[in-house]
Parts: sequence; C-alpha cells; structure tokens
Amino acid sequence: MSVEIKNLSHTYSEGSPFEFKALKDVNITIEDGSFIGIIGHTGSGKSTLIQHLNGLLTPTSGSVLVDGKDIFDAKKAELIALRHHIGLVFQYPEHQLFEETVQKDVAFGPKNQGLSEEEIDQRVKQSIKMVGLDFDAIKDKSPFELSGGQMRRVAIAGVLAMEPSVLILDEPTAGLDPRGREEILAQIKSLHSQKKITVILVSHSMEDIGKMVEKILVMNEGEVVFFDTPNRVFTEISTLESIGLAVPEVTYLMRRLKEKYPEIREDIFTVEAAKKEILKVIRG
Amino acid sequence: MHIEKGEFVGIIGHNGSGKSTLSKLLNAIIFPTQGDVMVSGLNTKDHENLWTIRQTAGMVFQNPDNQLVATIVEEDVAFGPENLGVPPQEIRERVDRALAVVEMQAYAHQKPHQLSGGQKQRIAIAGILAMEPECIIFDEPTAMLDPSGRREVMETIRRLNRDKDMTVIHITHFMEEIVAADRIIVLDKGKVVMEGEPRMIFRQVKRLKEIGLDVPQMTELAYELRSEGLKIDDDVLSIEEMVNALCQ
Ligand SMILES: Nc1ncnc2c1ncn2[C@@H]1O[C@H](COP(=O)(O)OP(=O)(O)OP(=O)(O)O)[C@@H](O)[C@H]1O
Ligand SMILES: Nc1ncnc2c1ncn2[C@@H]1O[C@H](COP(=O)(O)OP(=O)(O)O)[C@@H](O)[C@H]1O
Ligand SMILES: [Mg+2]
Ligand SMILES: [Mg+2]
Repeated sequence: MSVEIKNLSHTYSEGSPFEFKALKDVNITIEDGSFIGIIGHTGSGKSTLIQHLNGLLTPTSGSVLVDGKDIFDAKKAELIALRHHIGLVFQYPEHQLFEETVQKDVAFGPKNQGLSEEEIDQRVKQSIKMVGLDFDAIKDKSPFELSGGQMRRVAIAGVLAMEPSVLILDEPTAGLDPRGREEILAQIKSLHSQKKITVILVSHSMEDIGKMVEKILVMNEGEVVFFDTPNRVFTEISTLESIGLAVPEVTYLMRRLKEKYPEIREDIFTVEAAKKEILKVIRG
Repeated sequence: MHIEKGEFVGIIGHNGSGKSTLSKLLNAIIFPTQGDVMVSGLNTKDHENLWTIRQTAGMVFQNPDNQLVATIVEEDVAFGPENLGVPPQEIRERVDRALAVVEMQAYAHQKPHQLSGGQKQRIAIAGILAMEPECIIFDEPTAMLDPSGRREVMETIRRLNRDKDMTVIHITHFMEEIVAADRIIVLDKGKVVMEGEPRMIFRQVKRLKEIGLDVPQMTELAYELRSEGLKIDDDVLSIEEMVNALCQ
C-alpha cells in the first residue's frame, strides 16, 4: 500500500492555552513496498505523524491518502477495514496490552479480523516465535507480569499477527536487549522483502536506521527537514547535530580516519561495512 | 554484591534477566524472598526504614509514564520533596535547579501527559533529583531518548556521580553508556555471571554475545578487525581509541 501525506498539519488542544502545533504542512509520499525510517528529536512530531496514518488522530488540516483513498473522507466502516491493513506498534507497549494472558492478547487483532480459530492459533504461535519468545513458556502469563522488554515483544507480536500491509513501528527496539533488537529487526527486514509490505520505522538508533531503511524522513519541530536516502542524509552531520540528532558511530569514525586515509569512504553506517572499508584502505 | 558510596555501577543483562527486579529490591519496593538488602546499613525488610531508604536511594524507572503523578510539570517535580516535608521556599529552588539540569525549564507549566516520551523521561529524572538522594538507580532512563537527549542525560548522570559523589546504578541496553563506569555487573537468568571493570568485561565479546548481549560498537569493530589479522588491542572502547589504534 502507498501512503500519501498532503499538507498535513496537526494542532493539539486548539484554542486552549496549551495549543501546540505539532505538525506543520507535512508533504511526503511513501511508495508501496518501501522501507522508510523516521528520525527526529523527542517532541519533533514523529508519533503525531504516524498516528494519522491509521486514523488514530485526525488532521487539523490536510489529508492522508492510502492507496489513493482519503482515509478521513472514508466512512466509518471503511476506516475500520483499513485499520486492519495498517499495523501500528505504539511507542509504549504496555498501553497496547490489556488481555489476561499473552496468548489472548496476541490473538486480539486477528480475532477482530474475523479469522478462523485455526488460523488465529497458527498466527499467534508464529508471531510469538518471530519476536523471540518461547510460546509454551509465555502463553498463559499475564502481560503485566512480564519484564519491560518482554512486554514490548508481545506488543509487536500482536501487530505482526494481523499481517498488515503497512507496518508502522514507533521506536520498537527501545528497551530490547541487544539480541532481541537484532532478531526483531531481522524479522522486520525479512517480512518486508518476502511479503513486500510497506514498513515505517521510527527510531532513535541511527545505527538501526542506517542498516535497515531505503529512505529517511528527518523531522524537526513538526516540519520535514530531509526525506532522502541514508547516504545523502547522513552526510548532513552538522544539520543533524543542530537538531539533536547524530550519525552512526562508525560514520564518525570514518570521518576521523580521513585525516590519515584521505581515500576512505564516509558513507559507512554499519560495523560490517566499516570493517570492509578499513581493511580495504589499510591493505590497499 | 556490594556497591560502594560514590561508585558508578553499570548493570546489563537480557530481557527478563532480573535487572528491574534487582533495582526494586534496592529501593524497598519489593522484598527478598531469601537474603537481605542493606542500604546505608539499613535492612530493607525493617518497615521503619522504608522512607529513609526510598529517600536515600531514588529510582528512575524504565517508563516515565508510571512515575509522573501531577497535572503540571513543576508540581510533578515538587511531589517528592513535598512528601519529604521540605520547606516551600527550598522546594521552589530544588524544582528550578532540577528542571535546569534536565533542560526542561521551558516546560515547567506544561501538562506532563502532553509531553513526548523523551521529554517525560527528563521530567522523571528531575523529580528524583529534587529529592536530593545519595544514590540513584536508573532503570533504562535513556531507552526513549533521541541522541542529544541521551547524551545530555548521560552527562547529567556522570556529573551527579563525579561532582556530587552520588552513587549511581545504571541499568541499560546501550553498552556505550557504561564504558566509563567504575564497574559492570552482568546478569543472566537471575544470576550475576560477570563482574569487573568495563575493559575487562567488554573484552569478552564471545561470552557476552552468547548470553544475548553486545559490546560497544568500537570494541566490536576492533574484534572483527583482529579476526581478520589486523594488529589491534582487544580492549578498544571508544572512537578516540580506535583512531589511535589505526593511525599510529
Ligand atoms: N510482577 C511480576 N510477576 C511475576 N513475574 C514477574 C513480575 N515482574 C517480572 N517478572 C518476571 O521476572 C523476571 C525478571 O524480570 P525483570 O523485570 O527484573 O527483568 P529485566 O532484566 O528488568 O528485563 P528488561 O530488560 O526486559 O527490562 C522475568 O522473567 C519476568 O517475566
Ligand atoms: N495530547 C497532546 N496534547 C498536547 N500536545 C501534545 C500531545 N501529544 C504530543 N504533544 C506535543 O506535540 C509535540 C510532538 O509530540 P510527539 O509526536 O509525541 O513527538 P515525538 O514522537 O517526535 O517524540 C511535542 O512537543 C509534544 O509535547
Ligand atoms: Mg514519539
Ligand atoms: Mg527491566
């Protein structure tokens, strides 16, 4: 599914003393099957933006078109049907969990989609496995008796179980241990390449963004600063730093190494790529 | 385990390894099924010690939403000292100071629930700072912050430790944040499995990966380069050290 955001503005508590313009005239097109990263300082409007994509927030002005259809023009029934295709993993997972057991919680979405018991069961098992949890060990536990990282994994499983066409993840790896982070990102990447779904990933980890996405949307105070490839965005180091962001650690390293090795490439975002490039310049 | 006054201890471990459980034990929120926890010589099991312990060892949780209580930011920060019976004039000063430390003065009159995740996290830290505890337990305080917010909070934590001699227990999944700790404790399935200086811990790349953890990026890169035959020390922790290693 493609997502087109047109002249989108959002003002919280309009007319009250707490009025706040969280989004200002945002225009972007996310193509069907693409993988987009969103970065921006806290409060820059990332969560506000993505909550418009499945109709959780309504624009103050502007529109959101999904596959060419204005979702805020749609009838209520259509909007509900649409939400089934757009999976949103919230920033705070415990807000998303509410059933008595992990199994019921993950089954909630697919149940609402009207799937058969059998299909639901299978999806629940599969998605709990995808997020690196042991189904038999965790299925009967209360979601509220889990550790922070376990809760987050369950919340992600609940959305994956709906097999959405557009998967939106709001800082999904926050609170995950290193292995969990790697496993879940790998699962998302393989979902994207195998099922050709559209993925929108909000993250504060420049490493994860640099490793995963095709295009980066950079937000600052409710406005779009860049919407471009990692190669282009991560060369704008001073602009990024001036708005509270950064580039991956290894990118900083490459810049430092340039003094000694002028031919070294700077468009390096992962340890893997850094290793190759360093070996290349050192060994000639 | 024993933690000295003024020490900066990093705690790492996989999801569910017991980090938060440990921190709640230190703060007398939960109590040992077996054994004892002593904070400044006081046993957490003795009920009359409860408030002294909670004031001595402040705690910043994983999710700030669960600790913001008031409807206005500055009231929230004032909540702790108010409960401790601090005089109003001093509360005012403490609140201003704490908000300045986390750079949230401009939001003093906002409603906490209207703040974004990272902003809430900074308010939660200010709320603890205003109680002026001797020790702060940070349970993943930077998990939701952007790069500059994280840097700012880490600098704040280091400053509190260095200048105010505050004991810091820092739980994190970001290995870079604890390269300058005095000591790192590694938990695995509820047990302490490693303990020592950062350099000594992070040198054990394989072992850490086996238990689902990681090493700082520069340590990992050094490890990878070594395995390709490059002569590099196995205890590189920072960009600076890596530059030195590659440019001698
Ligand atoms: N209220 C509870 N009731 C029952 N079990 C619990 C409760 N809280 C935590 N646990 C379990 O205790 C274990 C340790 O949890 P803890 O929250 O200490 O982990 P953690 O190391 O902080 O993990 P994370 O990195 O995900 O925050 C986990 O297996 C968890 O499922
Ligand atoms: N319900 C709300 N009412 C008023 N202001 C809000 C509300 N939610 C968020 N905001 C404000 O809107 C801005 C953008 O917030 P958010 O989209 O959550 O940012 P991000 O996800 O990029 O951290 C912030 O300044 C925040 O304080
Ligand atoms: Mg957000
Ligand atoms: Mg925890």
